[in-house]
Amino acid sequence: MSVDINIKITDRNGVTHEVVAPTDMAMNLMEVVRSYELAEEGTIGVCGGMAMCASCQCYVTSNTALPEISDDEDAMLAEAFNVQDNSRLGCQIQMTPEMDGLEVALAPEM
Amino acid sequence: MITTDILIIGAGPTGLFTVFEAGLLKLKCHLIDALAQPGGQCSEIYPKKPIYDIPAYPEILAGDLTHKLLEQTKQFEPGFTLGERAETIDKQEDGTFIVTTNKGTKHHAKIVAIAGGLGSFEPRKPKIEGLEKFEDNGVEYIIKEPELYRNKRVVISGGGDSALDWAIFLSDVAEEVTLIHRRNEFRGALDSVEKAQELKNLGKINIITPAEVKGILGTDKVTGVAVEKEGEDAFIIDTDHFIPLFGLSPKLGPIANWGLEIEKNAIKVNNALDYQTNIEGVYAIGDVNTYPGKLKLILCGFHEATLMCQSAYKRIFPDKKYVMKYTTVGGVEGFDGTKKEAPKAVVKAIN
Repeated sequence: MSVDINIKITDRNGVTHEVVAPTDMAMNLMEVVRSYELAEEGTIGVCGGMAMCASCQCYVTSNTALPEISDDEDAMLAEAFNVQDNSRLGCQIQMTPEMDGLEVALAPEM
Repeated sequence: MITTDILIIGAGPTGLFTVFEAGLLKLKCHLIDALAQPGGQCSEIYPKKPIYDIPAYPEILAGDLTHKLLEQTKQFEPGFTLGERAETIDKQEDGTFIVTTNKGTKHHAKIVAIAGGLGSFEPRKPKIEGLEKFEDNGVEYIIKEPELYRNKRVVISGGGDSALDWAIFLSDVAEEVTLIHRRNEFRGALDSVEKAQELKNLGKINIITPAEVKGILGTDKVTGVAVEKEGEDAFIIDTDHFIPLFGLSPKLGPIANWGLEIEKNAIKVNNALDYQTNIEGVYAIGDVNTYPGKLKLILCGFHEATLMCQSAYKRIFPDKKYVMKYTTVGGVEGFDGTKKEAPKAVVKAIN
């Protein structure tokens, strides 16, 4: 398996971007979004990636297997707005080779 | 009117450390922060979380870092305007500034240092139709004056510490307290959760979960909220107050309209020199600024604050000679009369 994976991210304006994400740099999905500047700085990853602000909420639209939702993430999603059944916090999804083909859409800005 | 040498907007780690560096140059500082306590994100978002990249601290909790910075700056007696947001800036003819807060507090300073982080923390408002119409008429996002709720009916929504803690506190003040949360689980300190459970058992707090406030009722003032609970028909709870407590999120806010050059939600500064903005005498330091290669790290904020203070000094005293002095050599002379200095070596003859 390659260390780089291909994922599709739909930004807050509805534009879908096909990006290459490294899996060997301990990057999470929120950081991938930031590295490609797909959301305005200051509107995503506000807490830095501690599952404490929900600014990186996204909707998972592919049926890619993802890590289970931790208690922290679950509690944050319970307080976030615009939450749907497929909502996740991007900062809690570490990029792994198995996630090749992942498709997500960013939730609206808080 | 509050007067000072350097007015610091934002009392996070960078803002607090500025007080120390300014103090070494005998410049007085005053800080404005929208939050009720100093520390910025470190106290508001993650006080109990560790930080590992503060030089010489292999590990320090964000809350402890704030306490240590306050201790370090104490002898320079900084002033604080807390719980108020810097709203406008007016440059005076003599090059000084007047900064006014949302509550009308005026600050007159020679230098303005914006250390605003990601912006001022504003309450996150749930999307309920017509909610804004009732703000301050029964809808409050922050509890400032608990007496407002004496013998009133109150509905709180949210599942974190503040929702739990205020529900517990108001159960002694208000006539009736209802706590509504989308989940059965609450994310709060364990003793808060247990206390809420106890008060629920005693009938002092009405807890409705998993449920959500979907609508608000009333003409001028709030009279009730519409609640949807899983597996039940929507119902109405009569209430005098609705308090949504969904945490705070930072917004750049009024600073964005100060005529500063903004890029990517941050203020552009001259990083080759002194972190000054496009307005002379106004600096931006810490997470709020941007320049090529910028990193939003506390330790970078400390460095920026230090260089900025040297530049501020030269601006205030253009003709005065000065060279930087090591604290180990010069000691630290506080505005409160204290002096810290390295102990002198003892000279003693050996017979």
